[in-house]
Amino acid sequence: MEETTQTLEPEAKANTSSDAPQTISVAGAQPEIAPDSDSDQLKLTLGEFEGPLDLLLYLIRQDQINIYDIPVARITDEYLRYLQLMKELDLAVAGDFLVMAAQLIDLKSRMLLPREATGADEEELDPRMDLVNRLLEHEKFKAAAQMLWSRATVERAVFTRAEIETDKNNPEVVVGLFDLLRVFQEILARHKEEVLLEIEREEVTMAEMIERLRNMVRSAGELNLLKFFERAQSRRELVVAFLSVLELVRLNEISLRQRETFGEIVAKSVSPA
Amino acid sequence: MSTAKAANLEDPIESIAPEEESVVEGQREISNIELKAIIESLIFVADEPIGAKAIADIVDVDREAVEAAIQDLVEDYQARPGGLQLREIAGGWQIATRPEHHEHIRAYLKSKPSAKLSLASLETLAVIAYRQPVTVPEILEIRGVQSPSAIKTLLDKRLIVAKGRKETVGRPMMYGTSKEFLIQFGLKDLSELPSMEDFQDLAGGAE
Repeated sequence: MEETTQTLEPEAKANTSSDAPQTISVAGAQPEIAPDSDSDQLKLTLGEFEGPLDLLLYLIRQDQINIYDIPVARITDEYLRYLQLMKELDLAVAGDFLVMAAQLIDLKSRMLLPREATGADEEELDPRMDLVNRLLEHEKFKAAAQMLWSRATVERAVFTRAEIETDKNNPEVVVGLFDLLRVFQEILARHKEEVLLEIEREEVTMAEMIERLRNMVRSAGELNLLKFFERAQSRRELVVAFLSVLELVRLNEISLRQRETFGEIVAKSVSPA
Repeated sequence: MSTAKAANLEDPIESIAPEEESVVEGQREISNIELKAIIESLIFVADEPIGAKAIADIVDVDREAVEAAIQDLVEDYQARPGGLQLREIAGGWQIATRPEHHEHIRAYLKSKPSAKLSLASLETLAVIAYRQPVTVPEILEIRGVQSPSAIKTLLDKRLIVAKGRKETVGRPMMYGTSKEFLIQFGLKDLSELPSMEDFQDLAGGAE
């Protein structure tokens, strides 16, 4: 939330004579409220009030009130005045604030009722105890939050070593040119063994071969290069196939991966960044 | 390739290993000094805090010996005014830099301090850390405000985890802190958090 400063009465100087308002940090928020002694006007700086309990705690600390003996009527008035100000400042007043307002008014009216005379243990009967306990509990957690904040700040200044290769479970070794040539050799060798009857056939052009590779990679997502090379019908077609792999790698359309040394080489299409 | 070359030579790594008086058991006898060195290297290489038991299993030495060696190492690190610290965190051991040199390290890593948690998230986290397992309505009761976005942020950052449902009306989800929480806040375990009573003075001390 942004800090909003509003002077309801521009002439009113921050009255900081005898009763200089003590600035209390409510876990990071530093709201300031300077009541002008002559009038009802308030100059205020809204800090970050996370919720109604924050606001209430702030008002109590502001007036240096003993939290175990809250003057409910006075605090309720101040609280409601604050809500009014928030409305005038066009701040969205969250429902939680209104719920607390209702609870305060309820408390105020109950305080007006005479206490039961039988009550030996006065603490038990004090209708404020519930609220006091909530406030104290809330304040403790604010302190805990601040402790966490300072711990995290120190921790952020501590570094461990940078990531190393094995930190990722499945490192993919990038394929070198020699690995590619080796696969090519394997295929060539296999072709040699087959006795082929050379028949004139349609020559596959480089462009067609590139298109074929593109489609095969695209349709399957990834392609084992062995499968691609095996489709070649002739030595010449195999050479064209090999060149088309190199070409698509050069154009950065596919990338080649080898999961283990001497393993199969897989082509993947490079997703456009 | 390189394997062919290496085959002709004796293993260059084995030949580096020092010969010391050996004490501890295992397949091969390991000296105390060597054990300490092995443990240090394991802690260095591990990508998250590594526990004494895990080390004992790997090195095949009993846990007591490992723990003694770690204590020795900790003393070494403390005695040496170096840039690293050996510390216990989230139930394991970790080698990390000291916080005082963070500016230079950040300059090298070109990193900015990572996004901080908002006040709302921190408060919600504090409630969860101290009251876990805790449900959303219970958090609301303490904070006085709804905190759905704070809980989502904390879940996204993996600082809290769902811990099952509470057997009550509506069976609300219960939340607790995660191991990541211990790591990010530099805690050995949850018992290292200051007790809630320690905040009593702070909270009640204003009157």
